Amino acid sequence: MTATSTTPRTEIRPRRTGFVHDTVSIARRAIRQLPRDIAFIGPTLFIPLFFLVINVASLSEAAAFVDLGITYEEFQLPVAIVFAVTGVTRAGAMVLDIQNGYFDRLMTTPVSRRALLLGHMVADFVLVVALSVPVMILGFFMGARFDTGLLGVLVFVLIGALWGLGYTGIPYAIALKTGNPGAVNSSFIIFFPFAFLTTAYLPAENLSGWLSTVSTYNPVTYVLGGLRSLFTGWDAAELGKALLATLALAAFTQTLSLLALRGRTSPK
Amino acid sequence: MSTPHAAAVKTEGLRRTFGDFTAVDGIDLEVRPGEIYGFLGPNGAGKSTVVRMLTTLLEPTGGRAWVGGLDVVAEADDVRFSIGVALQEAGLDENMTGREILATQGRLFGLSRSEIADRIEQLAPILEMRALDQLVSSYSGGMARRLDLAAALMHNPSVLFLDEPTTGLDPPSRLRVWEEVRRLNREFGLTLFLTTQYLEEADELADRVGIINAGRIVAEGTPGELKRAIGTDVVTVVVDDGDADAAKSVLEGIDGLDGVDVFGDEVRVGTENGSQALSPVAIALGSAGIAVRELSLRTPTLDDVFLDVTGTHLDAGSSAEGSST
Repeated sequence: MTATSTTPRTEIRPRRTGFVHDTVSIARRAIRQLPRDIAFIGPTLFIPLFFLVINVASLSEAAAFVDLGITYEEFQLPVAIVFAVTGVTRAGAMVLDIQNGYFDRLMTTPVSRRALLLGHMVADFVLVVALSVPVMILGFFMGARFDTGLLGVLVFVLIGALWGLGYTGIPYAIALKTGNPGAVNSSFIIFFPFAFLTTAYLPAENLSGWLSTVSTYNPVTYVLGGLRSLFTGWDAAELGKALLATLALAAFTQTLSLLALRGRTSPK
Repeated sequence: MSTPHAAAVKTEGLRRTFGDFTAVDGIDLEVRPGEIYGFLGPNGAGKSTVVRMLTTLLEPTGGRAWVGGLDVVAEADDVRFSIGVALQEAGLDENMTGREILATQGRLFGLSRSEIADRIEQLAPILEMRALDQLVSSYSGGMARRLDLAAALMHNPSVLFLDEPTTGLDPPSRLRVWEEVRRLNREFGLTLFLTTQYLEEADELADRVGIINAGRIVAEGTPGELKRAIGTDVVTVVVDDGDADAAKSVLEGIDGLDGVDVFGDEVRVGTENGSQALSPVAIALGSAGIAVRELSLRTPTLDDVFLDVTGTHLDAGSSAEGSST
């Protein structure tokens, strides 16, 4: 044996931190990675811009026969925002952490296990707000106007971001449960029924048959309704329904993600 | 055995099963503070499973374990403050810079910004400081392994677990990791629990070695003690297929040999004086009409110890078992 003392010469001593500190530490790391992941952000931004331009160009004349109460550009801007924020998540990065061993490194620290999840979600929130900016700029460029002013714009982006955050529970649950990047990427498919079986192209009263029925059970319908209401004024009922739908989805998906987190971090 | 609180690492009947498969089968070991303990065994022997239990990543299904006197199950959170861990796969995010990885690690252990900066300076001998602000994706295997080691040391742990720290490294990088391991032990008094499948690594680094095979410790002691148990010298005779048992019978009749064992077509003779034993061995086999394909004399290695207690070479076990558990 070559050593006689177990006291290292350095004075550095680890100390306990709290949940908020851990969440901020994990979020800082995840946010710092965002600009380095252009391959992820590029397509994520392209899709909503593409759909906004295409939908307006192809459907605005047909929609002229429908009483929307707002322009078709304004009608489509919430759809683009929902596209921009839904499924935008660092769950794929978390899977990479699991695969390359970094997740195990984190697990050997005293970090709060829930902070591992929430820290990534904070980064998601930052990302979806950032992604909303170019979509909003394009919307304004195309003629969208908010009677609710700047506050209405902020509420618009905030509701969209909260919806996006609520939805992230699904990819995180899949990431933590499977540790498989393919499964996480496939989770985007789950978004299609949410995105299209709703009032994405026409108001609820113009939908018919099974689509009308399904759309009444789709939370996206109420999110879109709340967002669209902000173009014409403050409508507490519409905004309330949008928030309620968002919270209901978040409660369900985040329960799934927390259960998956517990399974992944359990040493059993 | 001492109390759990006196040992840096201690296990009693440590066991882990995965369904019907028993990966670790009742291990008792004790590592003293300031010691380098080498855990030697082939792939699949259970080394990594033991490390994962001792580092709180995996709960035992039987027995108990303590690190720094703390129970790894009941006091897992406290254990994490006193251990540094570098697992088999360097746990690094390639999308981060070396400095970011170290800073994140430091923050999670409650270090302040200035403490993190100081600690990075202290760890400079391990790190490639010029590459510290580059993404890890640009690092060589050796650089990544040293960054992994530095990250494990950020919070100044008292026990460092290194799971196969040099697997996959080229010889120069391996030597540099060895130097760092020795320095950490010598200068900082760090207790090191080191798993390896390399005989030379255990021999070079470890104060004591535990040899694990099929989930059980089959031999334990200092490398010198373990090798002396085989004999001072080893004469190895390779004979034609089917002749080994006959050769053993012949050689057992020679005075001055400590033991004769057969492993396939190889007959291994332990002796106090190998140079004096060579001629009688060759003559006796020749007189008996047994053709000798190879005859060699060497000092015992840990592979001889492994061979002695398991009946197979460590290298053979490594290649046969595939991935480690």
